[in-house]
Amino acid sequence: MKALYDFSILTQSIHMWLSDRYTPAAVTIIEMVLVGVAFMILFAILGLVLVYAERKVSAVIQQRMGPTRVGKWGTAQTLADVIKLVLKEPIINKEADKFLFNLAPFIIMIAAFMAIAALPFAKGLQALDFDIGILYVIAVSSLGVIGILLAGWSSNNKYSLIGAMRSGAQIISYELSVALSLLTIVVLTGSLQLSTIIESQADGWWIFKGHIPAWIAFLIFLIASTAETNRGPFDLAEAESELTAGFHTEYSGLKFAFFFLAEFANMFIVCAIGATVFLGGWMPFHIGHWEGFNAVMDFIPPIIWFLVKVSFMIFLMMWFRWTFPRLRIDQLLTLEWKYLLPINLFNILLMALVALMGWHF
Amino acid sequence: MHIKAVIFYILAAEMLIFSVLAVTSLRILRAAVYLLFALAGTAALYFMVDYFFLAAVQLVVYAGGIVVLIIFSVLLTSHISERIPHPGWAKMSLAAVTTLAAAIITAYTLIEEGFKPAAGEPVTYSMNFIGERMLGYGEGGYVLPFELISILLLAAMIGAIVIAKRTPRP
Repeated sequence: MKALYDFSILTQSIHMWLSDRYTPAAVTIIEMVLVGVAFMILFAILGLVLVYAERKVSAVIQQRMGPTRVGKWGTAQTLADVIKLVLKEPIINKEADKFLFNLAPFIIMIAAFMAIAALPFAKGLQALDFDIGILYVIAVSSLGVIGILLAGWSSNNKYSLIGAMRSGAQIISYELSVALSLLTIVVLTGSLQLSTIIESQADGWWIFKGHIPAWIAFLIFLIASTAETNRGPFDLAEAESELTAGFHTEYSGLKFAFFFLAEFANMFIVCAIGATVFLGGWMPFHIGHWEGFNAVMDFIPPIIWFLVKVSFMIFLMMWFRWTFPRLRIDQLLTLEWKYLLPINLFNILLMALVALMGWHF
Repeated sequence: MHIKAVIFYILAAEMLIFSVLAVTSLRILRAAVYLLFALAGTAALYFMVDYFFLAAVQLVVYAGGIVVLIIFSVLLTSHISERIPHPGWAKMSLAAVTTLAAAIITAYTLIEEGFKPAAGEPVTYSMNFIGERMLGYGEGGYVLPFELISILLLAAMIGAIVIAKRTPRP
C-alpha cells in the first residue's frame, strides 16, 4: 500500500526516461524547467482557489452570500477578477523609481518560489530536500520583506512608505517567533531536514507526542505566522482605513495581482510548514494499536492528508482575520517582544527538559 | 563544457556586474539592491558546492539581515529624489589606485597558490556535526569564541538601546 503512494518512483521514471534521450546537461535543464513550471501552475491554482475560499469564508462569518453570480456558486469569480486585473492600465507615479518599483513584486514572488520548493507535498514529492530544510525556508522567506520595503519606498508616496516601515518592523519581529517555535520541535526531531521530520512522525504527530510545550509552540507559530504574512488582525501594514492599502497603494494591474498572489502563496507556505512540523505533513492519522483504523487511514493518499491539513491551517488563519479587530502598531510590537518572545524562549527550555527526561512519546 | 561550469560562470558574471553596479550607482537604495543581488549570488555559489548550511547562513545574515538593515536606514534617512553627489576626480583616482592594488595582490596570491584538486573523497558535513562543533568544548570545539561573540553582541545591543533611549529633559 505504501509503495503505491511513493512519488519517488514516478520522479525516478521521468528522470530515467529523460536520461535515455538527452545528455546529462540537457536533462538537468529540462528538469529545472519542469519543476519551475509545476510550481508556477501550483501558484496560479493556489491564487484562484484561495481568493475564492477567502471570499466565501468571510461571507459565511459575516452572514453574507459572497460571490454568487459568475459561474456556479460564484466559482469563476476569481477568474473574472484575473481578467480584469490583466486588462488594467499599469500606472507608474511621477518621480517614482521605475526600476525598483517594477522589481519589488518580483522579489516577493521569487522569495515565495524559493520557499515553496522545499515543501514536501508527499513521499518523494519534494523539489529540494536539504539537510538544513527549516533553516533554508526561514532564510528565503526573510527575503520577501525586502520586496515590501522597496515597494513602499519606490512608490514616492508617504502612505506607502509608512506601510512599508510598519510591515518591515512587523515581519522582522515576528520572524523570530516563527523560527523559535519551529526550533522547539527541532529539539525533539534532532534534524532540520523536512523529510526526516515527517518520518519521525510516523507513529504520531509532534503536536500529540510533544505534550504541552508542543501545544504552546503551535499556538505561538499560528499567531506569529499570521503576523509574518501581514494578514489580519495584524494587517496594519495595509490598513485600508488609515493607509489606503499601504505599500501597494500605487500598484495597479498585474503588479498589484503579484502582491495579492504572493500574499496567498505565503499563507500557503507558512501553513504548509506548520502542517509539516506540527501536524505530521503527509503522514496519515494513526491511533496506537488500532490496526484496522490505521490501515483505513493509510489508504487515503498522503497528498490528500497534506492538503487537508494545510487547508485546516489556512481556514484557521482566515477565521482569525474575519473575527479579531486590528491591532495598533504598539500593541503589535508589545505582543511580540514582551509576551511571545519570552514565552517562546522559556518554552524551548521546557521542551529541552522534556526531551532530556524522555517525557515525550 | 560541464553544466556546473556554465552555472558557475553565469553566477560569477552576475556577482561581478552587480558588485560594480553597487559602488557606481548614484541612487543609494539601488546600490543596496545591487549589493543584495551580489550577496545572493554568493549564497547560490555555496548551494552549488553543496555547502547548504553556509548558503542558508549567507542568506539569513547578509541578504535577510544586513541588506534589510541598510534598506531600513535608507528608508528612514533619504528621499527618493536624492542622488549621491559626484565624489570628485581626486577621490576617485585615489580609490581606483587602492582598488587596483588590492585586486593585483589578490590575483597574485590566487595564481601563486596554484590550486590542486583535493585528494580523497569529497567531505560533506552534516548539520549535527556543525552544531556539535559549534558548541563543543573538546578537541576542535568552538564554544569559547561562540560565547564570546554572544557577549559582544549583547553588549552592542545594550549600547544601541542606551544611545537610542530618549534622555529626560532636565
